[in-house]
Amino acid sequence: MKNYDKLLHDLAPQKFGKKGVIWTISLVVLIVLGIIAYIDQIIRGQMVTNMNDYALWGVYISNFVFFVATSFVGTVAVAVLRLTNNNWRTPIVRIAEIIAVAAIIMAGITIMIDMGRPDRLLNLFIHGRMQSPITWDVIIIPTAMMVCLLLLYFPLLPDFGLLHKHYEDKKPKLSKWYGRLSLNWTGSDAQKALQHKSIQIIAILIIPVGFMLQTIDAWLFSTLYRVGWDSTNLGAYFISGASVAGIGALVCVVYVLQKVYKLEDYITDLHFDKLGKFLVLVCLIYLYFNLNEYLIPQLTSKKGSTTHINVLFKGEYAPLFWFVTIGGLIIPVIVLLFKQGRKPLPMFLIGLLVVAGSWWKRYLIVTPTLLHPFLPIQGVPESWHHYFPSMHEWLITIGTLAMALLIITVLVRYVPIVPIQKTADEQEELQLNKITKS
Amino acid sequence: MKNNNTDSRRKFLDKGLKLGLITAIGAVGLTKIASKLTAQTDKNSGDKMELMTTDGTIVVVDSSEVMEMEHAGKIDKYDVREGMPNRKFVMVIDLAKCTNELKCQSSCNTNHFVTGDHSWLKVYKMQEDTDTAPYWMPTTCMHCDQPACVTVCPVDATFKRRDGLVLIDTERCIGCRFCMAACPYSTRVFNWSEPNQGKIIMDMGDETNRPAAEYAGLPSIKGTVDKCDFCPHKIKENELPHCVTACPNGVFYFGDKYEDTVTNGEETLVLSKLLADKHGYRLMEGLGTKPNVYYLPPVDRLGDFEEGLERYTEFKSVDKPK
Ligand code: SF4
Ligand code: SF4
Ligand code: SF4
Repeated sequence: MKNYDKLLHDLAPQKFGKKGVIWTISLVVLIVLGIIAYIDQIIRGQMVTNMNDYALWGVYISNFVFFVATSFVGTVAVAVLRLTNNNWRTPIVRIAEIIAVAAIIMAGITIMIDMGRPDRLLNLFIHGRMQSPITWDVIIIPTAMMVCLLLLYFPLLPDFGLLHKHYEDKKPKLSKWYGRLSLNWTGSDAQKALQHKSIQIIAILIIPVGFMLQTIDAWLFSTLYRVGWDSTNLGAYFISGASVAGIGALVCVVYVLQKVYKLEDYITDLHFDKLGKFLVLVCLIYLYFNLNEYLIPQLTSKKGSTTHINVLFKGEYAPLFWFVTIGGLIIPVIVLLFKQGRKPLPMFLIGLLVVAGSWWKRYLIVTPTLLHPFLPIQGVPESWHHYFPSMHEWLITIGTLAMALLIITVLVRYVPIVPIQKTADEQEELQLNKITKS
Repeated sequence: MKNNNTDSRRKFLDKGLKLGLITAIGAVGLTKIASKLTAQTDKNSGDKMELMTTDGTIVVVDSSEVMEMEHAGKIDKYDVREGMPNRKFVMVIDLAKCTNELKCQSSCNTNHFVTGDHSWLKVYKMQEDTDTAPYWMPTTCMHCDQPACVTVCPVDATFKRRDGLVLIDTERCIGCRFCMAACPYSTRVFNWSEPNQGKIIMDMGDETNRPAAEYAGLPSIKGTVDKCDFCPHKIKENELPHCVTACPNGVFYFGDKYEDTVTNGEETLVLSKLLADKHGYRLMEGLGTKPNVYYLPPVDRLGDFEEGLERYTEFKSVDKPK
């Protein structure tokens, strides 16, 4: 029992300090600004965006794709970490699942922001047709949301139970909440067996669901006849890109939490080292798919694809393209190949770079393709030849990003990020091992 | 909803009123004969009308010979999602004649109350390669037989009719713009803000004059998609689409594939022969969208390409109706 006391002291959710409060308030302010901009967009129409009949999708869709991609971290964490029973994973998995929950919720919200008639949302259910990839999205996103939530929730049951007891005297109200959330967890064998089984099922379920989600997201584009999207490669390309975005985000959040919650004892350099190696791997895979997407069409030089690729390589979008490729992929690979590069701080910086690269990468997937249709753009206002998000679009997009961060913030405030019970069990095991050895 | 209503009404008719129906048919027959008789006895009104017969020839008849009766019957059966029975509409655009007059565009804009910065009909300045001659190319919606836009629409707001038309139900469209991304011909436009078209009334030939939403996708609605509708409100009246009649050069031919004829208002031609003789083609045939708009290549030009340049504005479509 002594064990638990120390663990609970270290790992139970803590009140925010001054910095935490300021952080939360700034997020709320950004969200409110975003909501105001969105209301204005509803009133005046999507006139307030810089989208037009050619750039008919813009930052809302690329932001949506980014969120969908980031949510893939939940699947990766489970597939690679939970199922293989890597024991260094314990503190990482829950953070990954928290990010996945936040990202998938925001994906659902951002896709609605792009709709011209959000008031007709119900038409998707009344008149939904199976042949449209949007309908597949309408089915898969809520499914993924449920699976991600359950995957976060089930493993939390014992911890909620512990917290219920922990706060019984000090904070009865909070304790009651934890008690309710723990579904009267007592830790009996029957409960444990049931919980274990449920986790197993959900953990297996999230893998096909996650892969389907990414693939459908890719099909949204590859079912259209457009240069740069009309590719059979796109599903795999999106999955590998999603792994990069997800792991990048994970590294950043893990670093911040380690520092803020002083979890150096639980999240160690070893974790960063492993995560770094993992990130290199997914970056390399993604690089390979990038070569397929960009270099091969260039070599076969079909007319449409060469124009598209030239715009990226040396045209209007070249600076962004090279930032995304070099900054978001090549530099991370080089840095992370060195042991020094896999220390927490450099990892954090690289993580930020990867996330920024991933976000802009989605922008590059959506925008340049739309601006190079089959027939030339003629007889429309000059501004329709280009696209860059308007003030409203930025405010709304930043609002959604802030909302994702707020969801993560709230979750890490009330949920023990490092599983207490699990860590306790593992420590016990370690000690037992030591005793038997000596 | 509307379809359901008509369906149940039809069932009701089928079940309960068989006897009545027989009487009704008898009545229609009688009126037909009666009207024929009156048409013969009446003095000709002198008002001539152009009609296309089933074998594809245009005949000029006195307007007093046109019977109201059949017309009303058709309206009753007209289902906006099904289209006109046993018709299949096509358009042929003769690039050899186009000199960028833009009369088609302004007529289309005016008659469809297009208020945005876009237009449904575009005339492109085209040049395939540096060593080929430039030409003007008008485009409408291709009313594809394998329409990419219809496939991707999540709510069946854009739909394909049996008579070939691809239309949009702007009351249902959720504004996802997936169809716009899907259309390889970039023909679809979006109402980014309130269209402010004013009151639109089109005479659809039935008792009441009402907004023609279920016929022509009008009025435009904020946050939904629009495009060329092949002017079903004109076809129904046995008239040609606005762009066809507006063109001074007779570039546009419109007709019925089943009848194998097309007309530009001046001459009527056999579609299959025209396409074979002049090497008609469709845009981006390789994509498999199977358009119903055919092009005749810009050879043996009737006009000068340079002439059109005066009217060409790179960054603006024609002036909007006030
Ligand atoms: S041209 Fe475009 S909008 Fe028209 S039917 Fe074909 S795919 Fe649809
Ligand atoms: S914008 Fe409207 S018509 Fe086009 S796909 Fe979406 S719902 Fe269908
Ligand atoms: S057919 Fe009608 S809607 Fe289409 S371009 Fe011509 S006038 Fe406009």
